[in-house]
Amino acid sequence: MFNTFRRSFFPAARLGWSVESNWADPFVFFTFSLLKPIAGVLILVFMYQAVSPVGIGSPTYAYIYLGNAFYIYVGAVMAGASYSVLDDRERYRVLKYLYIAPISIPVYLFGRAAARFVTGTAAVVITVAAGIVLFQLPISISSVNWAMLIASLALGVVCLASLGIILGSWTLIIRSQPWFIGEAAAGALYLFSGAIFPITLLPPVLQPIGFVLPMTYWLELTRRALLGNGATAFPVMAAFDNRQLFTILGALTLGLSVLAFLAFGYFDRLAREKGMIDVQSDF
Amino acid sequence: MKTDTGWRLFVRTIIARSYPRVIGQQRQKTWIIFEILLPFVSTSGYVFVYRAMQAPQDYIGFAVVGGVMTAFWINVIWAMSAQMYWEKDSGNLALYIMSPTSLMAVLLGMAFGGMFASAIRAVTILILCTWLFHVPFAVSSYGSLIGIFALSMVALYGMGMLFASVFLLWGREAWQLSSMLQEPVYFLSGFYFPVRNFGLAMALVVSLIPLTLGLDAMRQITFSSGRAVRLFSVQSEILALAVLSVTLFAAAKYWLVRMERIAVNEGTLTDRRR
Repeated sequence: MFNTFRRSFFPAARLGWSVESNWADPFVFFTFSLLKPIAGVLILVFMYQAVSPVGIGSPTYAYIYLGNAFYIYVGAVMAGASYSVLDDRERYRVLKYLYIAPISIPVYLFGRAAARFVTGTAAVVITVAAGIVLFQLPISISSVNWAMLIASLALGVVCLASLGIILGSWTLIIRSQPWFIGEAAAGALYLFSGAIFPITLLPPVLQPIGFVLPMTYWLELTRRALLGNGATAFPVMAAFDNRQLFTILGALTLGLSVLAFLAFGYFDRLAREKGMIDVQSDF
Repeated sequence: MKTDTGWRLFVRTIIARSYPRVIGQQRQKTWIIFEILLPFVSTSGYVFVYRAMQAPQDYIGFAVVGGVMTAFWINVIWAMSAQMYWEKDSGNLALYIMSPTSLMAVLLGMAFGGMFASAIRAVTILILCTWLFHVPFAVSSYGSLIGIFALSMVALYGMGMLFASVFLLWGREAWQLSSMLQEPVYFLSGFYFPVRNFGLAMALVVSLIPLTLGLDAMRQITFSSGRAVRLFSVQSEILALAVLSVTLFAAAKYWLVRMERIAVNEGTLTDRRR
């Protein structure tokens, strides 16, 4: 079992890193990796500066900035796993060879997600650092709760990778325009998880969606770890202490991991039956 | 057999290349849903951010108009700029270059078809967002609004045609560059906020992207507070957009000729392994 993991995870992570990075020299790749997420944050910064009467010292500003910065992981890790299936099946046309190799496909997808986690981490770190240095984000390095940040990140990444495997498995059985799945899921989570605004602003009928999403609790924990008492801009989660947030996130992560395992089994069988492993839709 | 040449062939090529983009909308309905859903979701996100900031209602309108225009920008980037790269990948590019028609006509066909398809999505997003978020439109002149929108589209798709030739010279970078041109352009062109905050020097630079001026002019005509946050006067922006349109189309023509020459001389441009 360990051998299968070793054979699947590490080459997948290395392959993922190569696919992501070797199309350009390191400087261009580094610039590319940062431009997109930083531009996303800058849109919010300038929106805030254009209208906010209270200025960037407000906790609202930090709430929005950090939510958007950490959301980079969602696009990178979760949507990344779905794109991996698409890339391998249709763009590079190697999925059929991966299927006959002595590897575990879910672990392979997890490895591809791990590569995207690395590039995502660089973007998150630089976005947050730029926030502190250039945009007066009220974070003091000495007061960051590192243990809480690392623990929430670890849980969050496993959770996102599980969601990615579910989406990736689903992608296996979709013939036309499968690239929409990752983007649609990331977009929906962006709206409902309170990444850049409190979920209480959503219509009441949609608010429960936010409370069942693991991202909602994960983003709250990262904000609390970085901002400490400053994380009270929107008291949506004020009723939950840190332990409760970790418990809910842990339970949701465990549930999603099991679901990912089951989903892969189901979609994999369906994809084999329908002959979808080597299908090409000319996306 | 009688064959068309000259302007008849040019027009028939435009119609032929725009046909699959228009008809494709009917055959791939899930595509329409997703292409409306994604910009709608992101636009809604920005609307809720403005609500969280307790911004004036006009700013929600700014975000909606910006969100509507993303449909056109995405189309220009993925279905114009990167299109020649896709065509190379699927083996069609060599056929385009060998055919007796003009590549300019092929690109114009893509532009017209893409504009039609994007317009359907844009109008749907506009109606949905206006209905859901109560956008306070105060249009001062519908004629000017339509004129500025049309001029913005000419300049924008001229840019798309230019990029289509330039992107072809790259390989896998085309995919990455298309992806890179989304959020940074949303930011630089002020899709969701007035670019006045950039300052004059920066604003002049970002005005090279046609949508910057187009959006600013449309805001001035469409919202009561639009003039208060304007970059330049509407007349100046119309003039600049006209100049951009002519320049971008001329540049696109130049690059297409150059690309065809490279294709003939080197014989590798249509090789999908590159």
